[in-house]
Amino acid sequence: MSLILPGSYRREDAGQPPSLYPDYGSTVSRSPREPLVRIPHTLTETTGPANAWSRLMGESMADLTTQHKGEPLGQRIVVSGRVVDEDGRPVPHTVVEVWQANAAGRYIHKKDQWDAPLDPNFTGAGRVITDAEGRYRFISVRPGAYPWRNHKNAWRPSHIHLSLLGPAFATRLVTQMYFPDDPLIEIDPIANAVPMPFRQRMVSRFDLETTEPNWALGYVFDIVLRGRDATPFENGQ
Amino acid sequence: MTPEQARPAPRQDNQDPAIFGQTPWQTVGPFFHYGLPWKGGADLVGTSEIGARPELMPPEHYVLASPSPKGEIAGETIILEGAVIDADGQVIPDAMVEIWQADAAGRYAEGNTGFIGFGRSSTSEDGIYRFRTLRPGAIGDGHAPHIAIGVFGRGLLKRLVTRAYFEGDDANASDAILDLVPAQRRDTLIARRVGEEDGAAVWRFDIILQGEGETVFFDI
Repeated sequence: MSLILPGSYRREDAGQPPSLYPDYGSTVSRSPREPLVRIPHTLTETTGPANAWSRLMGESMADLTTQHKGEPLGQRIVVSGRVVDEDGRPVPHTVVEVWQANAAGRYIHKKDQWDAPLDPNFTGAGRVITDAEGRYRFISVRPGAYPWRNHKNAWRPSHIHLSLLGPAFATRLVTQMYFPDDPLIEIDPIANAVPMPFRQRMVSRFDLETTEPNWALGYVFDIVLRGRDATPFENGQ
Repeated sequence: MTPEQARPAPRQDNQDPAIFGQTPWQTVGPFFHYGLPWKGGADLVGTSEIGARPELMPPEHYVLASPSPKGEIAGETIILEGAVIDADGQVIPDAMVEIWQADAAGRYAEGNTGFIGFGRSSTSEDGIYRFRTLRPGAIGDGHAPHIAIGVFGRGLLKRLVTRAYFEGDDANASDAILDLVPAQRRDTLIARRVGEEDGAAVWRFDIILQGEGETVFFDI
């Protein structure tokens, strides 16, 4: 069977992590053992709620530093970049959901109980929408590093979680943005589940253009979603 | 050597054109609840608050959406629910399930009508996800009605993708995608009607990540 379906998307590239990566212990009992069944892209995979993010999730919340009475503590940052596809084409008017720990590395979550302070002025959740050129920008504080139980003396590097719907079910992406020159990245099993050099796609760049004088450090982070594909689907390929 | 020459070469990062390509997947981790699953996110047809776990954060830190009226929605309301289960048979209380589906007439609305077709549900402490939605229609010949599912969570570096079909639907026998699944594993993609709640049929679809009865996951 050979199906050529208009509107298909490209498949995973070599930079995607495997489902099973034993250094990240939780993957051992939560990853499938059977091979994934490869399927062609039907309407189910090539459509999505792209036009409906505001009705689903609500309007933009691009400033994570003004959600409460006072300003959160920590290093104020601006994160901006573009959402594009693999051909470099912008993905306009798409939602990027973000969440992160506070400056001390503590999440506002009942199950995060490590001994670092909560900040009453910081939730750490937001939502930003790309403009017509695919650009986005949000304001936050730099998250702290965070200990976890994966192995002895394990610490996650500072990171911001980002979640994108993109134009279709097939373009869904959840990633993490890391900060340049963070020595913890080298020893982090979650980041290193992505083979080099592709791991570096998740490392943002400090940028003086994005940095606002007397106000906030700027980091640039572009996000690349799957591009369109015209390869016929061969059953069993 | 001048100081200029002594400076180490900058490390490769996100902006380097030499490594341009798909941004890699990473896990949502265990603490996504205050950032992703909103109240009502699992109710695609009404205004109930199912989907979120607001008890996992102080009330003043719930900043996500609240349910809003959806407008006119035609079709049969159903409950789709199930457990997310790991290799040891343990339920997973820190997973998130997303669905994407056609409306009762088999159309993907893409947000243009009252029924959007996208939902998000956290799993409960008992590992249960739960949606109120429409029973979808078939999107065309050779396609049986189904709901596309994405599973996220701690330990899931990438989303796992599966589909729920409906037990007893004659179209299952000629579905082009089910046809690609080894016959002995197709059962794992079939939701079963287990009861009724407030006039809505309850369909059960457990998601077994690994081991005996492992759900079929798709490479899309």
